[in-house]
Amino acid sequence: MIYNLCSAPTRARNGSLNNAADTIAALPLEEYQRRMRRADSAQPELWALLDVVKDPEIPVISIWELGVLQDIEQREGSVIVTITPTYSGCPAMSVIAEDVVSALGEGGYPNSEIVTRLSPAWSTSWIVEEAQEALRNYGIAPPGQACDEVSCPQCGSQNVRRVSEFGSTACKALYQCGDCAEPFDRFKPI
Amino acid sequence: MTDNNAKEIIKQYAIRLGDDALVQGHRLSEWCRNGPFLEEDLALTNVALDFIGRARMFYSYAADIDGGDYSEDSYAYQRDCRDFTNLLIHELPGGDFAFTMARQYLMDEYSLMFMERLCDSSDETLAAVAAKSVKESRYHLRRSRDWMLRLGDGTQESHKRLQKALGDLWGYMPEVFELDDLEQGLADQGIAVDSAALKGGWEKAVRATFSEATIDVPADDWSVRGGRQGMHTEYLGHMLSDLQFVQRAYPGQEW
Repeated sequence: MIYNLCSAPTRARNGSLNNAADTIAALPLEEYQRRMRRADSAQPELWALLDVVKDPEIPVISIWELGVLQDIEQREGSVIVTITPTYSGCPAMSVIAEDVVSALGEGGYPNSEIVTRLSPAWSTSWIVEEAQEALRNYGIAPPGQACDEVSCPQCGSQNVRRVSEFGSTACKALYQCGDCAEPFDRFKPI
Repeated sequence: MTDNNAKEIIKQYAIRLGDDALVQGHRLSEWCRNGPFLEEDLALTNVALDFIGRARMFYSYAADIDGGDYSEDSYAYQRDCRDFTNLLIHELPGGDFAFTMARQYLMDEYSLMFMERLCDSSDETLAAVAAKSVKESRYHLRRSRDWMLRLGDGTQESHKRLQKALGDLWGYMPEVFELDDLEQGLADQGIAVDSAALKGGWEKAVRATFSEATIDVPADDWSVRGGRQGMHTEYLGHMLSDLQFVQRAYPGQEW
C-alpha cells in the first residue's frame, strides 16, 4: 500500500523532467494517515505536549518522529494515547508508556491511558525525514528510505562493512567504516 | 459451539504460541555472555528478546480473553511443566553453538512460513501479532541460514558438529507439522495455521540449504512428540526452575 504523495517525477516549468530534487519518497498509506491525524487534530496542543517524549535509547528523536505515536484522543476527561511498538520485545516501549503518562500529567492531563496497537506493524519508513538527519548527527546511520545505501555517519564514506545483523539494541545493526575505522550502529530497515 | 467456548479455544491456541516463543526465547537468552564472540552474543540475545516480546503479545491476548486475574506473567511464571504446551524442540538445552544455530535455522524457516500464514488469520489479534513477527523472522532467518552455510561448509570440526546437531534434532521436527483436534478445528475456521500444509515448502527450503552447506539430510528413523499435550522432556522442568525462581520465591514481586 503505497500512497503516491508526490512520488512521480514532476515536470518543471521549462518542461524538463526533474527526478531528484523535486521528488519526495512515497509514504506508506498508514504513515500518510498518521500524519493527517496530527495535522487535522482538534487538539494540536496534546501532540505538541508529547513532542518532549523521546526514545529512551535514542534521545534525539521523539516518539512522534519515530512513528511510535499513532493517535491522541480525548474521551470523558481522559486522554487516550495510541502507540505502536517498534520491536516486539523492545524494553524501551514500557519506558515510553511511562514517559507519555508523566508528560501528560505535567501538562495538566492527569487521566490518561495508553493503548497499544500492533497492526499495521511498525516500519522504519514511518520515521519522519528530519529525524533521519538527527540520527545521522547522533552517530547512527538512518535506515534510509528510497535506497539501501549505508554511509558512515562520521565521515560520510560508503566504504562500510556490516559487522553484525544485530547491534546494541533490537532496532540496530552493527557496521564499521573502512575509511575512518569508526564502528557505528545502523537503524535496521524493516 | 457457543461464543465462550470458541474464545476459550483461541485462548489455548494463543498460550501454545506464547509457550513456543517463551521457551525458545529463554533458551536463546541463556547464551547471554556465553556467545562465541561479542557480536554473536548480541545477536543471540537480540533474537531472544524478539521471542520474549512475541510471548508477551500472545500471553497478553490469552489473558485478555480470560478476563480474570491472569496476566502475561501468570502464564510465564505460575504454571508448572505439565501446563506448558510448547513444541518439544524448543525446550532442548542449547548444547553447543552448532546445535543452537541448527535448531534456530530449522525453526526460523518454519516460523517465517507460519507467521506469513497467520497474518491471514480471521482472528484480528493473532493476525496483528503475526504481522509484527514476520518482519523479525525474516531477519532471524537471514542470519541463521548464513550460519548453516558457514558451519556446514566451514572446517571439518564445524561440519561434524552441525551434522551431529541436525541428527539430534531431526526427530523433533515431525511434531511441528502435526495438528491435534484443537488446532485442526481452528485451522478449519481460518483462525489457526494448518502447519501440516507447510511441511512440503519447509522441506524444500531446508534441503536446498543443506545441499549448499554440504550437509546430509538426516534419516527419518525416529520421532518424539507430546509437547502440545504437556508431555515434556526431562529438560523443561530444569529450565522452568531457573526461569521461574524469583516469582516462586517471592510471589508477586515487581521491579
